[in-house]
Amino acid sequence: MSPIQLGGGRWLIVPPAATLILFFGVPLALVLAVSFATRGTYGGIEWAFTLGNYTSIADPLYLRIFWRSLWLAVLTTIICLVMGFPLAYVIARAPQRWQGILLFLVIIPFWTNFLVRTYAWMFILRSEGLLSTVLSALGLTHEPLPLLFTDTAVLIGLVYGYLPFMVLPLYAALERLDPSLIEAAWDLYARPLQVFTRVVLPLSKPGVIAGCVLVFIPSLGAYVTPDLLGGARSMMIGNLIQHQYLVVRDWPFGSALSFVLMAGVLAAVLYYLRAGGERGLL
Amino acid sequence: MDETSTDASIVMREVTKRHGDTVAVDRLSLTIRKGEFFAILGPSGSGKTTTLRLLAGFEQPDSGEIIIEGQPMQGVPPNRRPVNLVFQNYALFPHMTVAQNVAFGLEMKGLPTPEIGPHVAEALEMVRLAGKQDRLPSQLSGGEQQRVALARALVNRPAVLLLDEPLGALDKQLRLEMEVELKALQERVGITFVCVTHDQEEALTMSDRLAVMHHGRLLQIGTPEEIYTAPASAFVASFIGVSNSLPGRVQAIDGQRTTVAVEGIGLVHAPSCTGLRTGAPVLVTIRPERLHLSRDPATDGYQNQIAVRVAKAIYSGNEMHYLVTLPNNLTWKARVPNADGTAKRFHAGESAYLKWRTAEAVLLPE
Repeated sequence: MSPIQLGGGRWLIVPPAATLILFFGVPLALVLAVSFATRGTYGGIEWAFTLGNYTSIADPLYLRIFWRSLWLAVLTTIICLVMGFPLAYVIARAPQRWQGILLFLVIIPFWTNFLVRTYAWMFILRSEGLLSTVLSALGLTHEPLPLLFTDTAVLIGLVYGYLPFMVLPLYAALERLDPSLIEAAWDLYARPLQVFTRVVLPLSKPGVIAGCVLVFIPSLGAYVTPDLLGGARSMMIGNLIQHQYLVVRDWPFGSALSFVLMAGVLAAVLYYLRAGGERGLL
Repeated sequence: MDETSTDASIVMREVTKRHGDTVAVDRLSLTIRKGEFFAILGPSGSGKTTTLRLLAGFEQPDSGEIIIEGQPMQGVPPNRRPVNLVFQNYALFPHMTVAQNVAFGLEMKGLPTPEIGPHVAEALEMVRLAGKQDRLPSQLSGGEQQRVALARALVNRPAVLLLDEPLGALDKQLRLEMEVELKALQERVGITFVCVTHDQEEALTMSDRLAVMHHGRLLQIGTPEEIYTAPASAFVASFIGVSNSLPGRVQAIDGQRTTVAVEGIGLVHAPSCTGLRTGAPVLVTIRPERLHLSRDPATDGYQNQIAVRVAKAIYSGNEMHYLVTLPNNLTWKARVPNADGTAKRFHAGESAYLKWRTAEAVLLPE
């Protein structure tokens, strides 16, 4: 009997399906239900149906946080793409024996906990931190740089954290790109920039889309990075949700925020895929 | 030919290219005339593909000079050379339609959009692909893809068209058709074609002149007939068609005829070649189709005769292929037409006399 005909194989789907339903589907349904409930006087949940949690998101205070999150996530994605593309290209065109080593270097940060690495960035970005010290030693600045607890610090942290998610799919796409296509374009009078825009970029589009989606989604919902590097002034949606659940103890409103975030991510991803014409991914 | 003459399309002078420790192209000098179909023939690793890449501009020579259409090519990138390359795997842009592929070069050259359409249509007409302009390369057969690659290069009217193993990926039937078609196309457009191939039959059929390369060096250059009938070295003789050879020493030189002593066989004769002295080691080579096989020991006009044993007889349609064992245990191949019916055929194990005329043999210094 061939592996495809193994009828018993279909039972293999039961454990993961059960896990998903039990630990993902059920909590999600609970959160959805809670988002339509009312906050109790002392922070509990009262099961009185309301749409108020959703309408109060329209408050300019919250909209500004949504807007900042979206802006930071888009900026992170663009910077990762601009920085990641040349890196992925160099790795994909390196001699075979070097490719493995270079990819290894790209994923080495994952060996350390993300929280620890973000703390390291706090030391680098502090007013008397590494970056500030080095810059003033070089005579480039004369007073301590107020980098930590700004949007810039959050952006640096997000780009640092998610760059590998951009590089890996781009590498996969570029590694498959037949070098003779680049030579053919060159032979057909294309200048280097035209070779890139007309041949390399269109043919690596699946990698660009995958990389953007993989960077954009976690950036939009980031929590640790804005919490540690942005402080109270640079709150993102993730921090707002955490704040509602644990500090304000308004679970219904936190749940509504979560669902709006999910809807936003879904809409953005659909837009990316539609823009890229990637029917295969849908 | 004088390399400064105006009908030279490509001049290479003492061109050398190293890849790491190996010399890919070794002091190559040759001149390719305007409008000729020139083939570069050699086994893999002979430097023929590197030569093509040097002409296209993907690689720069370490030393020596390349002149195309009177212009020195030193430091000139591929996009500014008057040549176009048809890639071995065609390298069609998979995200563009046939028409977009063909239009690419004209577009990059900055031709106004309204003028591109008619040129593309004409080029597709020329390679008999009219009506397929909106297909993607992946929707075409191998032969069609190859014709798109040809159209994509020829539409630019380059001074020289470079072809890298153009028929290598096609099946045998299609290859034979395309050999004829490519040659006809070249005559029609009048562009210099430089074609790299490892297939000697392809090179002989299509080219006006060809160069044989081995280990980065040019071994011989000439018309297909010159190369076939008068190979300059043992390598060329064996690479251009199957050849039988006998190692021996020059016994006597008598004007046009040289007598060679072969151990275990005796004396054989061959046309003299220059630069040989008595006692020099030589190879006497002769092609399988020039051999005559007979049961009769009479010389009947053949000046050379060896008693052999038929080791194998293979029926091959219009001719018989024989493997025969010589008295010195060498195995030769002989091809005999089947026109005479079955009576004259030999069978494995039979004794026979192998005969040939002196003029049919080629003497090569070893």
